Amino acid sequence: MNVILIAVIILGVVGLVSAVMLYAASKKFAVVEDERIGKVAEVLPQANCGGCGYPGCSGFAAACVKAADGGSLEGKLCPVGGQAVMEKVAGILGMAVEKAVPKVAVVRCNGTCANRPRVVEFDGVRSCRVQLLSGTGETACAFGCLGGGDCVSVCQFGAISINPETGIAEVDEKRCTACGACVKACPRKVIELRPKGPMSHRMVVLCVNRDKGAVANKVCKASCIGCGKCVKTCQFEAITLNNNLAYIDPAKCKLCRKCEEACPKGAIHAINFPPRKPKAEKPAVAAAPAQKAAPAVAEEKKEA
Amino acid sequence: MKTFKIGGVHPSENKFSAGAPVRRAGLPKQAVFSLYQHIGAPAKPVVAKGDVVKVGTMLAEADGFVSVPVHSSVSGKVSKIDAIVDASGYRRPAIFVDVEGDEWEESIDRTPDLVTLDRHPELTAEEIVSRIKAAGIVGMGGATFPCHVKLTPPKGTKAECVIINAVECEPYLTADHRLMLEKPDEILVGVSLIMKAVGVNKGYIGIENNKPDAIALLTEKAKAYPGIEVVPLRVKYPQGGEKQLIAAVTGREVPAPPALPIHVGAVVQNVGTTFAIYEAVMKNKPLFERVITVTGKDVKNPSNLLARIGTPMAQLVEECGGMPEDTGKVIGGGPMMGKALMNLEVPVCKGSSGLLLLSEKEARRMEPQPCIRCAKCVDACPMGLEPYLLATASALRNWELAEENHITSCIECGSCQYTCPSMRPILDNVRMGKTTVMALIRARNAK
Amino acid sequence: MAKKLIVSLSPHIHGRDSVQRNMYGVCIALIPALLTSLYFFGVGAAVVLATSVAACVFFEWAITKYILRSNRLTVTDGSAVLTGLLLGFNLPSNLPVWIIIIGALVAIGVGKMTFGGLGCNPFNPALVGRVFLLVSFPVQMTTWPVPGQLSSYLDAETAATPLALMKEAVKSGDASVLDRLPDSIDLLVGQTGGCLGEVSALALLIGLAYMLARRIVTWHIPVSILLTVFVLSGLLHLYNPMYASPVPVLLTGGLMLGACFMATDYVTSPMTPKGQLIYGVAIGFLTVVIRTFGAYPEGMSFAILIMNAFTPLINTYCKPKRFGEVVKK
Repeated sequence: MNVILIAVIILGVVGLVSAVMLYAASKKFAVVEDERIGKVAEVLPQANCGGCGYPGCSGFAAACVKAADGGSLEGKLCPVGGQAVMEKVAGILGMAVEKAVPKVAVVRCNGTCANRPRVVEFDGVRSCRVQLLSGTGETACAFGCLGGGDCVSVCQFGAISINPETGIAEVDEKRCTACGACVKACPRKVIELRPKGPMSHRMVVLCVNRDKGAVANKVCKASCIGCGKCVKTCQFEAITLNNNLAYIDPAKCKLCRKCEEACPKGAIHAINFPPRKPKAEKPAVAAAPAQKAAPAVAEEKKEA
Repeated sequence: MKTFKIGGVHPSENKFSAGAPVRRAGLPKQAVFSLYQHIGAPAKPVVAKGDVVKVGTMLAEADGFVSVPVHSSVSGKVSKIDAIVDASGYRRPAIFVDVEGDEWEESIDRTPDLVTLDRHPELTAEEIVSRIKAAGIVGMGGATFPCHVKLTPPKGTKAECVIINAVECEPYLTADHRLMLEKPDEILVGVSLIMKAVGVNKGYIGIENNKPDAIALLTEKAKAYPGIEVVPLRVKYPQGGEKQLIAAVTGREVPAPPALPIHVGAVVQNVGTTFAIYEAVMKNKPLFERVITVTGKDVKNPSNLLARIGTPMAQLVEECGGMPEDTGKVIGGGPMMGKALMNLEVPVCKGSSGLLLLSEKEARRMEPQPCIRCAKCVDACPMGLEPYLLATASALRNWELAEENHITSCIECGSCQYTCPSMRPILDNVRMGKTTVMALIRARNAK
Repeated sequence: MAKKLIVSLSPHIHGRDSVQRNMYGVCIALIPALLTSLYFFGVGAAVVLATSVAACVFFEWAITKYILRSNRLTVTDGSAVLTGLLLGFNLPSNLPVWIIIIGALVAIGVGKMTFGGLGCNPFNPALVGRVFLLVSFPVQMTTWPVPGQLSSYLDAETAATPLALMKEAVKSGDASVLDRLPDSIDLLVGQTGGCLGEVSALALLIGLAYMLARRIVTWHIPVSILLTVFVLSGLLHLYNPMYASPVPVLLTGGLMLGACFMATDYVTSPMTPKGQLIYGVAIGFLTVVIRTFGAYPEGMSFAILIMNAFTPLINTYCKPKRFGEVVKK
């Protein structure tokens, strides 16, 4: 009897003391959290998949609140919930519901191994920023994709990869959420976020070489030489020529594809259009086939 | 014997050309003068296509204070103003001159006589500095910082001593060594000129003791020049780094950037620069030629060539017995800090101290292995940094961590990567991180 | 130009140091200790060491190949051989083969490969193996054969080690127990019982000298550990003679092996000289505390493992002296 009593008393006291301590601690060390974070988290799918690039849904909610305080929700997207969820989030945070034009990252370079000869061999860390320090990289082009994969390493969605055959970055449109991480990571500003376009059809100048025509022509077969033929051809004034480089304004482009034919260097590409000519090669959208992946593994190994 | 305290490595010296007297390289058919031969604003061309120029004619003028003019090293006609891939690996504006003979500007004193400072007591400090500036002299050890800027201490600082960098700690290179053996008096006069220009009466010449002949010769000759002292230094790379040299000679350490050597009262000049200063001030000869070491294990005649600036590297290689069969890498400068060149058309510029040909086998890096945290990079770092941490932080793009750990203090000497038993490309990452962090800091300060 | 030039960032040359050179360097440094252990323990030592090395190398190979499925085989870099040697040195010479194999599996499998292999392990793998065995098989792990029984293995006669005597002295408070300690010369050469690698302090010191000469390790860790132990145990001895005098404390048990070879492990020790000194002093302190007041007679392995856990913290707070850093006056 006595034993049981003692046990009960001891356990009871321990429990009581612990409860008091826990209560005191929870009061004293309480973390004041922005209540909006909880509200935003409620409308999120709670899948905690991390697809948004943040640690779980609450992390994403916190990021959204911070971004809203900064004035814009741009670049924040829940890939699971999509536009509908983002509208709810915007509503909670009192932001104007932006009817965002769906965008996709576009690698504006077609300097494949065939088009743009490699003049030297780079031996070192496979990183664009490192390669840049040694000069123009493996090719003589001072503007195009270096193929070091800085964009690949920042992409949270596995949407971008270096094609071992072409040596340049490729975007998987299905996976790309237009978060813009690759745009920031690319030291040469080759990647641009462009509207997806109706049925994903769009016209792009796949070149960012601002050298004079003669120089650009020499370093790459697929470079824009700034000849201006496309500008003259375009009836909608959608194409501008700056620093020897043509640029198609997606807002004005009517997808007539006249510029594609006019370009003497084949630098303008019509992407995702149904094939008209066998020549109209669309930059491979799908991930590289399995057998091509082997050299990529070898390259990664070198970097590691 | 003196040396710097923190870190350092001992690469094998391989100074094959140490016994080869300096000889003149032939004139090129076409000389190319990059406008970016110095740190700072590029020079502005003052000639046009078709202009006839002589040896020593100014081709481009300095654009601002931190900039220097470029002079022709040949006589001939300006064929075009275009761009060429220079040692940086980028295409940069350059002036092309077709060579038609070797006619020098008359103002240049071509006699071999030694002109000492006693003969020109009228030379003031300002006059010396302005002549140096007009001659287009830059740091010729490879840094290519305009010389006159260093000789003009910023307000609030006072120079206490001049230190001449005759360390030549890079393996393979012997250009400075040969210059000291062949032109000791000229160099000593050059030192007195620098001392006069910055108003100090103490000059040190720091020489590593792997060049005992140069130490002996200069110590002997220096007796005639008051205030100049030869300081033998224990061999250790990177003793030729400005901060390491100051630490070795005076025992003072330059604080982290943005502090400059002048904050500990030191003005450092390379020995090649000193010679150029002598020629500029006393012989009125602008900087248009320099000694460059052409070397490599497989090079037939490793040599020290007195080459005109603008000569394509390919020609220098020919003069030393041609390109070895299995050349894998061509390095402008020494093997520790030099830059690998994209091709051999790169012209000699003011900062070209050497041309090193490595065979494919020597050139290729070995497969990196996991970091075993042996701390050899920490021990080797002459700046007291933690290269393993900086490399990881940079590779993971954690710029804050890199900045907190003083990545901007890195002098890119390569000791960490040289010593790493896991063959890790430490400096690749650190350099990338340093560039990024410096850009971030600039952006922050600009706000 | 037919052949493409290679472009890379400086430095363009390498010092030709390598992981293999360092790992096999340590193995070479262990040769004197290996020979003395063979001399004193004969067959037993040979069986234990061979099993331990073979098992470690096998597990390293098997785990990289079949579990990690990595095509970079790390067996050749010498680190598994070294772990095997060190584990063997930490075992008594009459330990059955199956226990050694379990120890090797824990050392390589749990201690090293679970964390990602070479360079990623927070704890010294050999010590993880040893401590696992010590806790799991306390009887087998703490009965040490008397040296000199060259042809016996499992059947070797055992006896109390000097460390057990020291413990007994502290427990009983009777300093006269210490009179039974062998004299210091015997301890130095190795005429005492103990784990394989522990018997001869002299052989271990020769190995340390070799490693220092080849710059495989720096002096900071071994010297700071030995000095701390010497000073602390000296103070204790002065306070009360029931605590053993510092010289036998230094020469007995795993102290010398730990200070020279286990604590200096690259992966698990701090990166800066200052950090290494702190690490060494703390190990020395913990060793003396555990030996004197703890339940086990030997505290070296626990002390090292505890400090291994602190290594990341030490690395975060102990920075090298930066060049040009203004020292506070």
